[in-house]
Amino acid sequence: MQTVDLAAEDVRALNGRLHALPADTNQRAWRVINPRGAHAVAVGLTQELEVVVDGHVGYYCAGMNEAAHVEIRGHCGWGVGENMMSGMVRVAGNASQSAGASGHGGMLVIEGDAGHRCGISMKGIDIVVGGSIGAFSAFMAQAGNLVVCGDAGENLGDSLYEADIYVRGAVASLGADCVEKEMTAADREKVAALLARAGIAADAAAFRRYGSARTLYNFHVDHADSY
Amino acid sequence: MTIDPRNARPSAAFPPNVIAEIQRAADQGIYEIRGLGTKRRLPSFDDLLLLGASISRYPLEGYREKCDTDVVLGTRFAAKPLELRIPITIAGMSFGSLSAAAKESIGRACTAVGTSSTTGDGGMTEEERRASKLLVYQVLPSRYGLNPRDLRRADAIEVVIGQGAKPGGGGMLLGQKISPRVAKMRTLPEGIDQRSACRHPDWTGPDDLTIKIQELREITDWQKPIYVKVGASRPFFDTQLAVKAGADVVVVDGMQGGTGATQDVFIEHVGIPTLPALRQAVDALVDLDMHRKVQLVISGGIRSGADVAKALAMGADAVSIGSAALMALGCNKPVQVADYAALGTAPGHCHHCHTGRCPVGVTTQDPLLEKRLDPEQGARWLRNYLSVMTLEAQTIARACGKTHVLNLEPEDLVATTIEAAAMAGVPLAGTSWIPGRDLR
Repeated sequence: MQTVDLAAEDVRALNGRLHALPADTNQRAWRVINPRGAHAVAVGLTQELEVVVDGHVGYYCAGMNEAAHVEIRGHCGWGVGENMMSGMVRVAGNASQSAGASGHGGMLVIEGDAGHRCGISMKGIDIVVGGSIGAFSAFMAQAGNLVVCGDAGENLGDSLYEADIYVRGAVASLGADCVEKEMTAADREKVAALLARAGIAADAAAFRRYGSARTLYNFHVDHADSY
Repeated sequence: MTIDPRNARPSAAFPPNVIAEIQRAADQGIYEIRGLGTKRRLPSFDDLLLLGASISRYPLEGYREKCDTDVVLGTRFAAKPLELRIPITIAGMSFGSLSAAAKESIGRACTAVGTSSTTGDGGMTEEERRASKLLVYQVLPSRYGLNPRDLRRADAIEVVIGQGAKPGGGGMLLGQKISPRVAKMRTLPEGIDQRSACRHPDWTGPDDLTIKIQELREITDWQKPIYVKVGASRPFFDTQLAVKAGADVVVVDGMQGGTGATQDVFIEHVGIPTLPALRQAVDALVDLDMHRKVQLVISGGIRSGADVAKALAMGADAVSIGSAALMALGCNKPVQVADYAALGTAPGHCHHCHTGRCPVGVTTQDPLLEKRLDPEQGARWLRNYLSVMTLEAQTIARACGKTHVLNLEPEDLVATTIEAAAMAGVPLAGTSWIPGRDLR
């Protein structure tokens, strides 16, 4: 286990060390202590590393992650796991706005709540939230799955493309072109698998499914009030 | 029956083109979407003149005395700034909006003349990476095709806040251009009318931008220059905020800048012209004592070496071209005239990039149309054009007694109109009057 103390080293040194690891490294387990809200902690990782961040982080922790497993034992600022491609990012606490923004792949797990715009512009990532999510979550989401065990704020899935949203609790309101869809057996199976991967216990049968009505895919004057 | 001229008096408020647009809107029920840039007459570099050498200034001998054109972009924080042989770069234009052949042509031409090209909404294609020695990778609000691998293999990163044709607006690519390959790169269904986001998904405001730039630097180990591109609306403040946020390079795109598809009302009525945008951006850098420390790239309606020379004299470090580069590749060329007619237009007037039916294969995803542009030939045309622009700028710089094009200065300029004098901050020709400046 490699330990990096951010009270003694800066983020640039931490990321530099993580990026410089050779492909055949045996230094795969890392612990970061005293993050004290630092931004851009463990960003741009490209290897199968296990990075545990002991404390709260600022913006963009584990941004653009590939392959690595990053666990944050605290709360996160904006954009945790933004644009991640693969691997796993887990937040033991709450995440602020834009969690998993434009993520292409991998899984983001937030055990607590997530703020506004969770999963905004998501492009294939799977996001599982143990608590609730804020307004405008999955805005313009293109692909992937957003599973929410708690409630969803206003305008869920506004201007959605082909992402799937599953919510167990209440939805304050749906955004433009987002509709409730039938929860099929395949959906229940998918949600159960996502929850299992995320390590969050919940009954997949209790979730409702939301997706795109696909009415705004092409410009039409009769949709002018939605543009 | 003859028309009485007294009864055929045109209306200033409702000329025939306005009437036609009202009736088109009534008929189709959707705003006009089109390509290229503004068509209105604006104060521009045409309204400036350069002062050649005289008794008090010595010119350089053309073709014999050297006038250098190299420029380095990204010297502030990046370990590997971009070293360009000419001060003319190619602006971001997406694969999707442009054909793969056009992107490859641009990359090859830039490599040949020693300058950079830029990706666009939708990500980086293998063709353009292979063809381009120096490639700037755009990080746009849509984040289409954005990935860390391409971020790391880019030579610079450009965070796009806006573009001159539509400051405050997102990209647009109509369904006819969302081919299977484009759809896959953007993770979108085929054939939809794609609306890109106008705001970044994970930051708002200058303080967040500072952190975003920090993240991009961390991911790329502080190697790559980071540009911030803004559409010209409040360039003084935007330039200062970009500098404050940590940009190595600020790119300001005036309203003459082009687009692949945007609402006509946006193109013609939002933003400010390139001339005042450049002057305000230079003022902002001078005010911060960052002029020449953070490099400034100006774009929007640059067409010739004269435009380049004037932009550099006003204080830009380099210029960027988009529409003009496409014209060098054949855009609006008088060939395939029947295909222009099928679009309801003619060479010299076409702005139908949005249709995907480009008669010369530049702004299309149609395989047959794309074949009309041979990347080797296209590269030769664009290379020639870039070389001519550079020679023209050198000609002017030598005449002004400069051994480097970046030695051109505002004192080498005068304006032919009061408007241009005020906007560019240079004297009206034959006077010492700069409108808006205190003469004391």
